This record gives sequence, C-alpha cells and structure tokens, in this order.
Amino acid sequence: MRYAMAIDTKKCVGCTDCVVACQTENFVPIGSSRDWIVEEVKGRFPNLRMELRSERCNHCANAPCVRTCPTGSSHYAEGGIILVTPNKCIGCGACVVSCPYDARFRHTRGYIDKCSFCHHRVTQGLKTACAMVCPTKCIHFGDIDDPESEISKILQTRDHKTLIPEAGTEPQHFFLT
Amino acid sequence: MKRREFIKISAVGTGGMAAMGFLGSTFVQKVINPAIGNNLGLEFANKRIPTYCEVCFWRCAGWAYTNEKGEIWKIIGNEIDPLCNGRLCPRGTGGLGMYTDENRLRTPLIRVENNGKQEFREASWDEALDYVANKLRSISYHHGPETLALFSHGSSGRYFTEFLQAYGSDSATAPSWAQCRGPREVAFLHTFGDFINSPEPTDLKNCKCLVLLGYHLGENMHNTQVQEMAMAQDNDLVIVTVDPRFSTVAAKSKHFLPIKPATDNALMLAWIHVMIKNGWYDKNYVEMYCQGFEELKNHVEPFTPEWAATICNLDAQAIIDTAWEMHHASPATIVHPGRHNTWYGDDTQRLRLVAILNALQGSWGRKGGFYFPARASITRFPRPPFPRPRKTWKEILQGEFPLTGMSVTNAIIDRSIPKEGRDFTYKGWLVTGCNIPMTIPNIPHTLEAIQNLELLVVVDTMPMDITGWADVVLPECTYLERHDNIRTDQGREASIALRAPLFPPKYNTKPAYWIVRELAHKIGLGRFFPFEDQQSELDWELQQMGTSYDEMMQLGVKVFPREESEMFIKEDGSHRFNTPSGKIELYATGFVPYGFAPLPTYTKHEEPDEGFYRLNYGRAPMHTFSRTANNPYLFDLMEENTLWVSPTVAQKHNIAAGQKVWLENQDGVVSSFPISVRITERNNNDTVYMVHGFGHADKRLKRAFGRGISDTELITRVHVDPLMGGTGMRGNFVKFVLSDPKKEEVSS
Repeated sequence: MRYAMAIDTKKCVGCTDCVVACQTENFVPIGSSRDWIVEEVKGRFPNLRMELRSERCNHCANAPCVRTCPTGSSHYAEGGIILVTPNKCIGCGACVVSCPYDARFRHTRGYIDKCSFCHHRVTQGLKTACAMVCPTKCIHFGDIDDPESEISKILQTRDHKTLIPEAGTEPQHFFLT
Repeated sequence: MKRREFIKISAVGTGGMAAMGFLGSTFVQKVINPAIGNNLGLEFANKRIPTYCEVCFWRCAGWAYTNEKGEIWKIIGNEIDPLCNGRLCPRGTGGLGMYTDENRLRTPLIRVENNGKQEFREASWDEALDYVANKLRSISYHHGPETLALFSHGSSGRYFTEFLQAYGSDSATAPSWAQCRGPREVAFLHTFGDFINSPEPTDLKNCKCLVLLGYHLGENMHNTQVQEMAMAQDNDLVIVTVDPRFSTVAAKSKHFLPIKPATDNALMLAWIHVMIKNGWYDKNYVEMYCQGFEELKNHVEPFTPEWAATICNLDAQAIIDTAWEMHHASPATIVHPGRHNTWYGDDTQRLRLVAILNALQGSWGRKGGFYFPARASITRFPRPPFPRPRKTWKEILQGEFPLTGMSVTNAIIDRSIPKEGRDFTYKGWLVTGCNIPMTIPNIPHTLEAIQNLELLVVVDTMPMDITGWADVVLPECTYLERHDNIRTDQGREASIALRAPLFPPKYNTKPAYWIVRELAHKIGLGRFFPFEDQQSELDWELQQMGTSYDEMMQLGVKVFPREESEMFIKEDGSHRFNTPSGKIELYATGFVPYGFAPLPTYTKHEEPDEGFYRLNYGRAPMHTFSRTANNPYLFDLMEENTLWVSPTVAQKHNIAAGQKVWLENQDGVVSSFPISVRITERNNNDTVYMVHGFGHADKRLKRAFGRGISDTELITRVHVDPLMGGTGMRGNFVKFVLSDPKKEEVSS
C-alpha cells in the first residue's frame, strides 16, 4: 500500500477550492494553509503556456523531514503518509528547512504542520478533502501499489512529472502534463 | 448641507445580548475561536443540515456541518444536487466565513442628527420597523406607493419583492439585468423566443467546441459550467478563447485569439461571413427552423476575414480556422453568451451575433449545445392578489429601453432625481443584499439620487458601503441561520433544494422572512403574509410537490427526472419558437418596430488617449462581486486585487512589480486607494486589468477596507444600451498616478 496523489494540470483552473476545503476540514488556522496553487507562465504574449498546479507535501518515500526530525515527531504512517505528531514536536524547524517543497509551516499552537493526505479520512476509505471538493476533478488520490486503482491507471496512461526530482526525495505527488 | 451624510458604522453595532428574545436566551454568545465561530453548546454538536449556498447566485446545495463542540465546521456539496454534484466552489466551501465574520452588522441602526452631525444610533427591531412603517405610510399618502423601489440581490429579494407588490409598487430591480446579463436575455429572446436564464442551459459536458468571448470560465467559478468543461476536456473539447488577456481558460484552449478590445462584433460578422460563404453551417437546421437567412447572407457579404483581421488585430487565417472548428463540431458547438454582457452599449446587438452563430451551427435545442431546461414550480399558499400598481415600472419608463424585460436599476436611480418635464420621481428605496456603489457605475449620479430620497432602507449582513447612506439599516442573519424559499432553479431536470438553519441568528439579526412579515403587519398588509413561521409554510409548499419538510431535511435536494428526448428539439421540424414568425429569427423582426437594427453591425468604439489604458475587469474564483472581500476564509485566499500590467507598459512608465499605484480615469476621477501592480505577460499592451469587488471604503470592514481599487469607482463614462438599459462599462480609460494624490493636494 502506497498512497499517492496526481494533479491534472490540464484541468486545474487554480480556483483554490482545495486550499479552503483543507482549511475547514482540518481546522487549519486562517493565515496558514497546507496546500496552495502555483501558476507558471512561459513565453511572450500572446504565445504563452501556463501551468496551474495544486501543491502540498509530497509525502516523499525518502523524506528529509523525517530524517532531520530530532524527536521522531515527523514519521512515516500507513501507506507512506508522512505525519507530524504535535505533542512530540519541539518546533525546532529542522524539517521546515529540509523540505525542498516548502510544504511546512509553524502552526499557531507552536508545532510544525503540513498536509496529512487527510489521514483521518483515507484510513476510513474516504478520499482527501481536496480531492473530494475539486470542481474539475483534477485531483486524483489512491493506492499506487494497486495496479487497478484509478490513480495507477491514470499514471500509466498520462504523461506526468514530479517536482524537483533531482532532490532525490522520491515524491509521491505527481503532476499530469 | 447634504440631507444625507455618509456615516461610517464604526462606533456602533456592538449590540448582541439584546438579541435573544426571538429564540430564547439559552444561546449565550461565547466566542471560542473567532476563526471558527461561536460555541452554542452541545445540542449543536456533530450535526448537519441541508442548505444551499448564498455566496453567489448559482446556489449550489450542500450540507453544513458542526464539529463535536457544536461549532461550525465545514460545508460540503450535496451529491445529488445537479448544480454541484457534491462539489462546492471555493466560495461555497468558504461560505462559513459569512457566518463567522466578526464585522457583521449586529443590530438595527437609525440615522439621527446630533448637534448638527449625523450618526447612527442602535435601535430595537420594533423601533426600526416603526420608523420604516411611518415613512412608508407617508410616502404612500403624499406620493403614491409606486414611488417606492426595491434593489435586490440574493434569496431575500423574493420576500421584499412580495412586500413591494403588496404595498403597491412593481419597481423591483436587480443589477443582474442592466449591469450583467440583460443584453443576452433580450438578444436570445428575439432570436430563439426564450430567455437563457440562470444557470445557463448549456449542455457543456457533451460539447465539442466551446467559444468564449471575454468569458473567463474558471476565473468565474460558475460551478456546474466549470465542472462540465472539465468533463468535456476528456472528450477532446476544442476551446476557442477570444480575450485581450491570457485568461486561465486561454491556457486550456486550442485557439487563443488575442483580440483588440471592443471589436468583437467585427470578428463575429466575419465568422458568419466565412460560415455562409463556405457552407460551414447546419443547412437542414437553418432551412427547417430559421427565418431571415437570405437577409443575413446579404448583410454579411462585405465582412470578410481580412476586413475583420485589420480591425481586431487578428490573423485572418485564424478567423477562418476557428469558424471551421465551430462547424466541424456542429451541432455540439456552444458560442457562449457569457454573463457579464454590459461592455460598450451595443451589447444586445453583440449578443445577437452570438445567438446567430449558435443558430447557424444548429446548437439551440441540440445535444452538446443548448438544452431546453426544466424547472419545478411552487404552489404558493393562497393569499389575496397583490394590488395593481397605479403606475408600473414599464409605464414609468415611458417608452425608454422598450425591449427591457425587467425594471432597470440605472433608470430608477435616474428617476429618483427630480427633473423638469418629468412627472414621476421615486421617493424611497429598499435595498437588500445589493451594494449599489460597488455595483452600479457612475457613483456621483447615484449619490445625487440618494440625496433626494425620503427613505433609504438597507438590509444586509455586512456593513457594505451602501449602508453608510441609509436612514435605517436592518441587519439580516446569514444563510446559515435561516430558512429560505425552496430553490427551483432550472436545469436538465427540475430539482428543488431546501435551506434550513444550522444555528439561530447571531447577534440581533433576523431573517428577511421575519423582517418583511413584521413590517407588513405594521402597515396593515399582514393579510398578504398569512404564515406565522416559515417552516410551516415550506412544509405546506413541499407537500404540494409530493414531499415534505421532514423528507427534505433528510435529502436536501430532490430531482424530478425526465427523458433526455424532452431536453432537445424534435428533429421533424415541428418545433415552434416563441418568436413573431414562430422560427429562429436570424433577422430580428421584433427590433424593427422600435427602429433597432434587425441585423447587427460593427461600430467603432472610443480608443484611449496617449498614456491611458482601457480599464478591463473580471472575476477571481474565490470572490463574488464585492460581497466576499471581508469573508475571513476568502480574504485569506485573496486579500486584494492587483493591477495586471504588461511588461512593455510597465517598462514604459518605469513601474516595478508590486509597486503601489493610484489610477485616474478620463474624467479626472482618482481612485480612493492604491493598487499593487502585477507585471505579467498575460496582459496585452492596450489594457490594464483588475478583479472586481475590492477597494472597500467602509472602515468597519476591518479586513477589506482600503485593499485594492474599486473598478466601479473609476467607471464614470457609461454607454447605455438603448434597447434594454444596460450600462456599458468597458469604455473607461485610466492612467497611472505614481504618488499619493492626497499628499500632493496637501503640499500644493
């Protein structure tokens, strides 16, 4: 079992619904967010290309945050999800600087917070809040160890990439291009 | 001295504990976490109630949830709702911010004069409504009830419209007509015999070619449309985007036509020319259903793609290629009518060209084009018929805007200012959910009208700019704290949705239903509002539809299925259209008696002077109009608008990214606030662009105040559509002001 996410950049309209749905589902304090939108534009008007991406923690299989965490607060959970245990976190911020995706932030309660792949939902067989709300259904989530899962099939048939692969973190967050 | 001074609602409105009479005093207002909301006690814990969204007009149905502490938690789309399919947009998801916003209006306010200074004083509901009732009696006695007008937006509008009718006026108006989609409604009525209405009956999920003219789907998060566009992308949807700006959807388009602004008619005339010349249209459909083809053919003869290419700054071959795409996908081609149509004053005629293109490709009443919508009808509880107004809004217009299907906001504003030779003047306004100074252009004109009113009542949930001009402010509770009428919006299948309250009203706020009923009883119109409480009225209405309040509390939404064949045209030519000829009118015979051109033409519009840029504006997916700027969740997603400037223009004026600039328009109007510059290749060199709905001037909006610029403030040159009264707003030009204009005034 290996949870992964794939964003269809052809469909994403950058509406930020994933951001606010995550905030309400997970009680993320206003002013912080566990996911965000990136707009990348190339070319000169009117010959332009634009990619919109819904981004978050990449739940890396070789995660620098887990390695640098001095207390074991950042850890691998079921299906490779990376979680933070708030009461083990001393807020040292080593994970924040080690993350190449800038996915972590300091929660108003002092600990370091980030996307949990909606662990509380997906372990109940539900999808993540962002995947469930996305109006264009551009967020695919599932088990990539199961070749019959929707996400496995879409990764088999569509071109895709990961972000900053050269960091060697083995991200489990894919972008369909 | 002005009769009305603008009052900032900053010193008052803290009331709250006086509010409890209505629902009992058990609901102690104890703030736990302002970001989440009030803890009302465990009786509210872990529950969900059906609602439909009130953040925008799409009104998707959903479930509002509380957490284990009884606080508001989240709002999730209702999976059986055809308007959202279980997925709300960011505004709907962040709708709980409407409830939690600590800057909400809290208690009724009455304008008083104290030592020569006007201010609001807090009032009880009884006092405030008595004040309004007395004024209404006086207006009715001295001027006649037809001199009262209503400006409304949103679900509360229905109750106030009924109140207005009971009082004896039918001048109920809304910016959704003359500031928005009126032109397309008139154009399609006079072509196909039907309004488009809302939500648009576009069969987008089956569409093969979608043409968007200045319609930035995705940035305007019209939920079902965005969802269906994404679905159609799986079936190789070809998108043609015509826009002076590289919109979000431009990035998803096979063809992006970076048109010169204000030349859309030339492009569409050339498209029609190309289609007819090459036989790229649905000949059977046109023969069976359309009238006026020969006239159209002769009319477009001179409008070659080369002619249009010069006017529109486009490649002639691109015009031909895109005409072919539309024909290739026919009839699954949608030339989208858009929503915000009021651009240059010839908007109905521009939308007529849109209608003609759809007719030529046979998409009206066809799969992948436009379907014939269905809508549930509500049987209302018997009540006395409303009196006929002594003068209807149509009679008051005296023939102006002869084709309008609805009373015109700007015409009512205009007729609120006494004028020689005119025997009618409006004397009072009710305004509900409608922030006029950020919605209707030419603010100085609006303020002049307001100075002449005998009564201005504003009903809102937030201290929007219009409240500062009111005699009485009535604080409404939000949609999460009230019942509302049954949603019956049109769709492929008729559906209904229920809105029930998650919480009792916070502070000293009330639902519109209650406000209207109380007010009606105070002026002897109680017989028109027979029900004591809304829940029993809803139950009665739902039972007439074969369901009940209890069942709808479980379901939230009910869909009444129908056969797909009923959604589309019978292919035997028997369909009769509701037009004078019974056919699709390529040649609009309904325009002829009024002297309007039955076939649309291209008119050259004004160009900016040197150093000025056309002010272009649009929407962002996380905000709606000016209503959401202070919503804590949505503010967090986008705090203010930015000014999109191309790198070339930025360099020319030596403007840096992120620099704050003010704008001055062609009439010397300078923006109240500065805006931060976003230098982007996505904008062309003729325009600057901003998202509408920012630059709030009321300090009580603690988050939104002074953030960004209000485009409406800079729109003082209005090009009015003579057919239906629409206020064309895209003929305004701005230049950069690089230092604070207020400081300059002081030093000079």
